[in-house]
Amino acid sequence: MTESKLDLLQGTLDLMVLQTLSVMGSQHGYGIARRIEQISDDAVLLNQGTIYASLVRLQHRGWIAAEWGVSDNNRKAKFYSITRAGKKQLAKDAAYWQRLSDLMGRVLTMEAEGGDR
Amino acid sequence: MIDQRSGDQPKSLPASIRRAFNRFRAFFLKRPLDCDLNEELEAHLGFAIEENVRRGMSAEEARRQAMIRFGGVMQAKELQREARGLPGLDILMQDLIFTLRTLRREHSFTIIAVLILALGIGANIAVFSVVNTILLRPLPFRDPQQLLWMAPAASKCGFSCETYTADAYEEFSEQNHAFQNVAGYFAFSSSDNVKLTGHGQPKPATSIMVTGNFFQMLGIEPTMGRLFEEDETRIGARPVTLLSNAFWRSQYAADPSIVGKAIDMDGTPVTVVGVLPENFDFGSVFSPGAKVDLFTPVILDQIRPWGNTLALVGRIKPSVTVAQAQADANIVTPRLYFSPKYPESLGAYKDRPMKLMTLKEYVSGKLRPPLIVLWCAVGAILLIVCVNLANLMLARAATRTKEFALRLALGAGRIRLLRQLLTESMVLSGAGAVLGLALAFGITYFLAHQGSIALPMLNSVRVDGAVLAWTVGIAVFAAVLFGSVPGLKVSRNNVQEALKDSGPGVSEGTKHERMRSLLVISEVALACVLLVGAGLLLRSFLRVLDVDLGFEPSHAAAIKVDYDGSTPEKVSVIFQQILAEVGAIPGVERAGIVDYLPLERNRSWGSPQIKGKHYAPGELPGAFVYMITPGYFQAMGMRLHGRDFTWADDPKGEQVIVVNQTVARALFPNQDAIGRMVFMNGMDLRIVGVIDDVHEANVEGKPGWQVYFSSLQQKPVGAELVVRTKLPPETLAASVMTKLRQLNPNQPAAEFRMIQTIVDHAVSPRRFFVLLVVSFAVFGVILAALGIYGVISYSVTQRTQEIGIRMALGASVGRVQLGVVGKTIRLALIGIAAGTAASVGVAKGIAALLFGTAPTDPATFGGMILVLGLVALIAGYLPARRASRIDPMVALRNN
Repeated sequence: MTESKLDLLQGTLDLMVLQTLSVMGSQHGYGIARRIEQISDDAVLLNQGTIYASLVRLQHRGWIAAEWGVSDNNRKAKFYSITRAGKKQLAKDAAYWQRLSDLMGRVLTMEAEGGDR
Repeated sequence: MIDQRSGDQPKSLPASIRRAFNRFRAFFLKRPLDCDLNEELEAHLGFAIEENVRRGMSAEEARRQAMIRFGGVMQAKELQREARGLPGLDILMQDLIFTLRTLRREHSFTIIAVLILALGIGANIAVFSVVNTILLRPLPFRDPQQLLWMAPAASKCGFSCETYTADAYEEFSEQNHAFQNVAGYFAFSSSDNVKLTGHGQPKPATSIMVTGNFFQMLGIEPTMGRLFEEDETRIGARPVTLLSNAFWRSQYAADPSIVGKAIDMDGTPVTVVGVLPENFDFGSVFSPGAKVDLFTPVILDQIRPWGNTLALVGRIKPSVTVAQAQADANIVTPRLYFSPKYPESLGAYKDRPMKLMTLKEYVSGKLRPPLIVLWCAVGAILLIVCVNLANLMLARAATRTKEFALRLALGAGRIRLLRQLLTESMVLSGAGAVLGLALAFGITYFLAHQGSIALPMLNSVRVDGAVLAWTVGIAVFAAVLFGSVPGLKVSRNNVQEALKDSGPGVSEGTKHERMRSLLVISEVALACVLLVGAGLLLRSFLRVLDVDLGFEPSHAAAIKVDYDGSTPEKVSVIFQQILAEVGAIPGVERAGIVDYLPLERNRSWGSPQIKGKHYAPGELPGAFVYMITPGYFQAMGMRLHGRDFTWADDPKGEQVIVVNQTVARALFPNQDAIGRMVFMNGMDLRIVGVIDDVHEANVEGKPGWQVYFSSLQQKPVGAELVVRTKLPPETLAASVMTKLRQLNPNQPAAEFRMIQTIVDHAVSPRRFFVLLVVSFAVFGVILAALGIYGVISYSVTQRTQEIGIRMALGASVGRVQLGVVGKTIRLALIGIAAGTAASVGVAKGIAALLFGTAPTDPATFGGMILVLGLVALIAGYLPARRASRIDPMVALRNN
């Protein structure tokens, strides 16, 4: 694991999982983990195993639902899908995240723009 | 399947509650959820391996890569578990399992700790249940806070000064504005005062007369039948009775058909109108130690001429306070004494205003100080127990330094370690509490079935909700106390030092040692306080036992005699006959008859005075009166100056009396009272003898005025036959009973009471109290001794090497021993010094409970110092002897 990999901020994994499920529809744990890795170009420091804690958290909150099923290659797996409450939450969290990242962007570029000191 | 259920929750639930619920559920579904997760992870790895193989890796490499990407399987599982369940509870379970394993491994430590705790906690629970019953729990009546005891402030003329006439009762009931209801009972009933006939041998029973409204006023509902009715309280009414529940069960086998039937009481058919409820025990509230079988209505017109006889209890109106009621009583009572309606019956003590107090205060007020002392004593015991256990835990912690250091080094938080230690102490304390509770159950059962202790409501002592809450409270308190001391020490351990050192670090050792010394000192100080308190109380009790009662209780016994008292002539003939017959029984030295026995009951009635002399109000106390036959003084072992009554002191002769020393001194100071005339209750009486003071009401108080009449000249209201013998008195019971039966076939099977038993009963509350305090003190000293022994013994073990070197260098056995014992004595002395200082304060606090003993009693303090010094010496000598036997070579080789 190289130093350049990003350490995940608290709570961001849950948001990633929600977004992944929202886009991909029903998916099993490995699928979600792979998808996040691919999207981040393997830039995220993710132990695939940690995704299961996130999945159980989201499930307890009622934002995702789970169901045992069979995959394309005939493997028994648990499939997760986003619930209506989950979608609402995703919209809320995404908006929040957007605002926060805008703000952080502005704050962090402040010196360059002001340039007084 | 399990996961689907989680989707079924009502959508309206807030997410946080839903989460809490899910976590809680998950905690109990650990196994199925773990299975589920395992399957899921397997699938995950399966997918990953498959993908890697597709990319052209070998099977083995594919697996390896999959595992790397996944990260630690265990960690993932742990993370998931933490997210889904209750990690706090999980940790607790782990701690518990670990604790149980540790405690089982060190089972001798565990057993000792749990036993010590069980004794300490058990004693606390037992004392608390008594305190709870007598002081804390409300009286078992409806709205008990409204019930007031109505009597003049207690004085030296016994019950006669705490009671009222029928007239005063009626007047007060009518004129007061503060009370809903005033009721009373006849205060002078003795035990076994009636006999039930009709079923074989006459059976003695105890009957109490109560005013018609007594049970309604208390709020007692009969289990069966009804209470008394208005017209049953008039002269000539059909006699009726209510049965106590216990008597109904024992005497009538709980037969419901008894209600409405007549039973034969003293030869009169009396109709049973009802049975009282099981939880109503008249005796336990109003006359501790007594067992009341039946209740009959007071017929006021009948007792009107008898003077002060009614003990009054009232229920104030809900809106009225005790102070308001008192103000009301202050206005009403003087009118009673000067009622134009009853000029003849003003009541004997008109200058004494009514003093109201809650019934609760009357019943248990006097017991509050001793019970609080007991409570504190038993609390001190618990503290000593905790100190001892803290010491034990500290010693254990020292040997476990490495274990803890290792765990700290491996990343366990200090809080986690403290938590582990507290879990241990909680488990120990919990086990102790459970055992202690069992112990307390035993003690309370014993107390509840102990008739010989005259404490109110003792028969309803039990382990109830309040007691259980108290148990949990003190168990947690104890656990925190003894668990946190070593816990705080351990968590401050220096990890590196503990790990690199072969044994516990030197500085660590001294720090622990200082802490342990401090614990021992506090233990000795606590034991000191307990010993002084117990010593003072014990000496007081011995003083009480030493009191000159004015009679000689040993070798005397009394039995209640049934006789036909219809005319003075009949009484005289019967008494003479009885005494002649009983006096002839081999072994009987003297026999006499009295109507009331001292210490059992008392009654005062007028005061002797010198005719024509003017006395200030209150100057003459009421005199206790006794109607006796010749021989009574000798049978009781009283000391008489002058002459005894003779059978010639009859109604035709001169009216004569015998007075006690107190009366003689008060009326005829510095003169001989014998032969002098006094005036009392409208009679001129000649004093023919002076008798030594007798303790008429209690052992601890000072005797009051006493006057003895010849039962030929003043009609007695009862008959107690007293016999004195050199034989064990109980051997005479059968022959005396046979004689009484021959003379009177109706004589009920009365019990033969040792006079000594009556005295014992009178001192039983103090005996009970002293017994408990002394056993606590003994327990405290034993614990302190164990504590000293433990600490010294441990320090010898720690210093084995050092002592070995010193002996190798030529230190003598004596020197080594002296060193160890000296250390013990030093600790003990500091403890004793601190304890003595504290004891002085405590002794002042309990001064009111002492009798004939100063709070600074030098013998008690000296004895305490001697006992603790000796105990410390022994506790220190044993390890000292072990130290002196250390073989230098072995000690050196071992390290």
